[in-house]
Amino acid sequence: MENVGALSLLLAFSVAIFALFSSIVGAWRKNLFLVAASQRAVYLVWLLITTASGLLLYGLIEGDYRLQYVALHANKAMPLMYKITAWWGGQEGSLLFWSWILSCYGAVVVFTNRKQYKTLMPWVIAVLMSTQIFFLILNNFVVPPFQVWAIGKGIIALPDGQGLNPLLQTPSMAIHPPMLYLGYVGFIVPFAFAIASLITKQPGDEWIHTTRRWTLVTWLFQSAGITLGMGWAYYVLGWGGYWAWDPVENASVLPWITATAFLHSVMMQEKKGMMKVWNMVLVSSTFFLCIFGTMLTRSGLVQSVHAFGISSIGNYFATFLAIGISATIWLILDRLDFLKSESHLESVVSRESSFLFNNLVLLASCFAVLWGTLFPVISEAVTGEKISVDAPFFNKVNIPIGLFLLFLTGVGPLVAWRRSSTESLKRNFLWPTISMFALMAGLFGAGIRNEYALLSFGLCLFVTVTILSEFVKGSMAIASKEGMNPLMATIELTHRNTRRYGGYLVHMGIVVMFIGFTGAAFNKDVIHEASLGQSFNIGRYELKVTDLKDGENDNHAWMKASVDVFVNGEKIDTLNPERRIYKASRQPASEVAIRRRLGEDLFLNFAAMATQGQGAVIQAYVFPLVGWIWVGFMGVLIGTLICLVPSKHKLSFPRTEVLATATGVVKGNQHAKA
Amino acid sequence: MKPYMKFGLIIGIVVATLGWLAVGGVKETSTYYKTVAELKDMGDRAQGKRLRVGGDVVKGSIHRNGKEVSFHLVQAEPNTQPHLLKVTYTGSDPLPDTFRDDAQALADGHMNADGTFNANKIQAKCASKYEAKPGQIKPGSEPAYNTAKPSRS
Repeated sequence: MENVGALSLLLAFSVAIFALFSSIVGAWRKNLFLVAASQRAVYLVWLLITTASGLLLYGLIEGDYRLQYVALHANKAMPLMYKITAWWGGQEGSLLFWSWILSCYGAVVVFTNRKQYKTLMPWVIAVLMSTQIFFLILNNFVVPPFQVWAIGKGIIALPDGQGLNPLLQTPSMAIHPPMLYLGYVGFIVPFAFAIASLITKQPGDEWIHTTRRWTLVTWLFQSAGITLGMGWAYYVLGWGGYWAWDPVENASVLPWITATAFLHSVMMQEKKGMMKVWNMVLVSSTFFLCIFGTMLTRSGLVQSVHAFGISSIGNYFATFLAIGISATIWLILDRLDFLKSESHLESVVSRESSFLFNNLVLLASCFAVLWGTLFPVISEAVTGEKISVDAPFFNKVNIPIGLFLLFLTGVGPLVAWRRSSTESLKRNFLWPTISMFALMAGLFGAGIRNEYALLSFGLCLFVTVTILSEFVKGSMAIASKEGMNPLMATIELTHRNTRRYGGYLVHMGIVVMFIGFTGAAFNKDVIHEASLGQSFNIGRYELKVTDLKDGENDNHAWMKASVDVFVNGEKIDTLNPERRIYKASRQPASEVAIRRRLGEDLFLNFAAMATQGQGAVIQAYVFPLVGWIWVGFMGVLIGTLICLVPSKHKLSFPRTEVLATATGVVKGNQHAKA
Repeated sequence: MKPYMKFGLIIGIVVATLGWLAVGGVKETSTYYKTVAELKDMGDRAQGKRLRVGGDVVKGSIHRNGKEVSFHLVQAEPNTQPHLLKVTYTGSDPLPDTFRDDAQALADGHMNADGTFNANKIQAKCASKYEAKPGQIKPGSEPAYNTAKPSRS
């Protein structure tokens, strides 16, 4: 079994090398047979890696404890779902998972584009396969997943495995890594098309149109992955937060930042033919940051609470990055002539300039996060002392950046291309600005003194009003022209230009998330050692520990506290925070109890047994508005999905009108798109 | 060229502001990362600095006294005298689940005058997600459970 798995990985490696060379030679010599062969080879690579993955999964599910990977990451008592997720629970398996997703993307790209882009495709395959080869080198020779326990020449089987890390045995951790990987790995597709168009000196922006959906989908996966990770940290780690600026978290957010910058600046290229070099730089840095993030989590380069064990794997990644980055830089410099800008900036108050600033601050944020993450490495290299920076550093830099971005979110879509007149500025921003200051004054009156929180709430309202006014203006026009009711008109409006209005929805989701983030300024926490029957207070809640129960199942032993929650002397809820000890790994874990409400979450953690007598150390938190983060993400999700639906603008005009002003209408429409 | 001048100016202002914030942030929060042995070598120079010290928790040394938790950190390195450091934790957060005997812990805080360490934050590495160092469990040896020590990174 393990031999078949290892063999298919080895074969996949050879086939990937074949695919790389046959696509390059095929493109060079214009030999269609070789190009076709390389496409077939891509499918074969997928088939082989799928076989290997299937075998590893089979081992995990059936409990083949002769395999080291299985014994270290699964045990008999684990539920089936976590046996499956153990596939990406450890170094070897998760790298195999990476490889597998990459091969899936490869197969899908080749399948969907095999008839088009005849000149581009061989080079796309070449880029995909170079990366695939790199990961297959790791799978085959550095961290092979099919190692067996052996003494001398005999293979031994263990009676049971160690089990998956308890912290990973939760539903959101089961889907968080696949989401993040889909996002990380997926960015290779836009990158591959970009590189292919550079190599073949394509004149147009074909690669951008081709990869727009890919970019959006992978961006969505990354966002979902990051948000799930936050949700996981919030309810599993029990420290009562969702983001700690840990290097591994930073690694996941870095490519997301550049991808977001790319999504925006790419519009400049589509509409105005500007920033071509910049977009190349962004798409490449996103891809390399994805690889860098993978390296950061696996190499032990920086201290992190989440990182995988130390290994020599970092050197392989560093080599791959060095080669990839220098090749890309050389390619971009060599093709500068093909990336000339077609127009110029005309005014500081214009759509172009808002995109420019959006990119500037996103990149600044990306740089600050990268700098902070690598600070220990940099400082050790320069001064010989390892100095690290903490969450306050990241907050200090990123909160102003976030607020500035929020401001741009409101301003950007409403200023015109090229230049905006003072008149139109007044018309568009009068009410948003007034409502913003009104809210800030109101909140100040209500006793909120935190400047950032005030500004953030104000800006959230500012953006909300601008977005709403866009929807209202547009749908009113449609409603009166077509005689629809307002709701239908809004749907019609969104359908006519899904990119623009879907984008607004994404912005709206981000605004809601910002409201949730701002709530963190008002967090409260209390830690209390409570014996049975004793009560204590946090915020408006009175908490009373009424009971302690214990028990066990095959997988873990547990102890549960019953905590009654009172508000104004009235019992409103009972929460059951729990402590577990997983048997196979002998690791304790907390299962926090959260009373989730939109206004605020009450979060209880059973931190420890009381030091004397019957009782528990309960850590209670109140997190205002934290639920808005998850709600806001749903907005981002729905908005992005809407962006992916094709606009129906061809159907939205009567035929005669189109005939009369065909070019004008189409052009006008394109310019109207945000 | 005028718009470009304006752009340059605004970009300059934005970058300068962020740079200023970043420098301030680094100054405020920079923490010296030291191992137990390095901390002992620093002697008096360690006073008054924000420090993060890493080591292994000595088995059986964890004592809880109300909210205060004390334990010893040791630097596990062969061929050298083991250096012990007494750490008292007075922070408000409960200790992480992964914090227990033999775990690898990072303590943030400062040195007391008497040579003990006062920590306000403890991080511990979740042992099983960290795998054995390469070569630590050899494919030839039968792995007793939990011999896979958390590795150092």
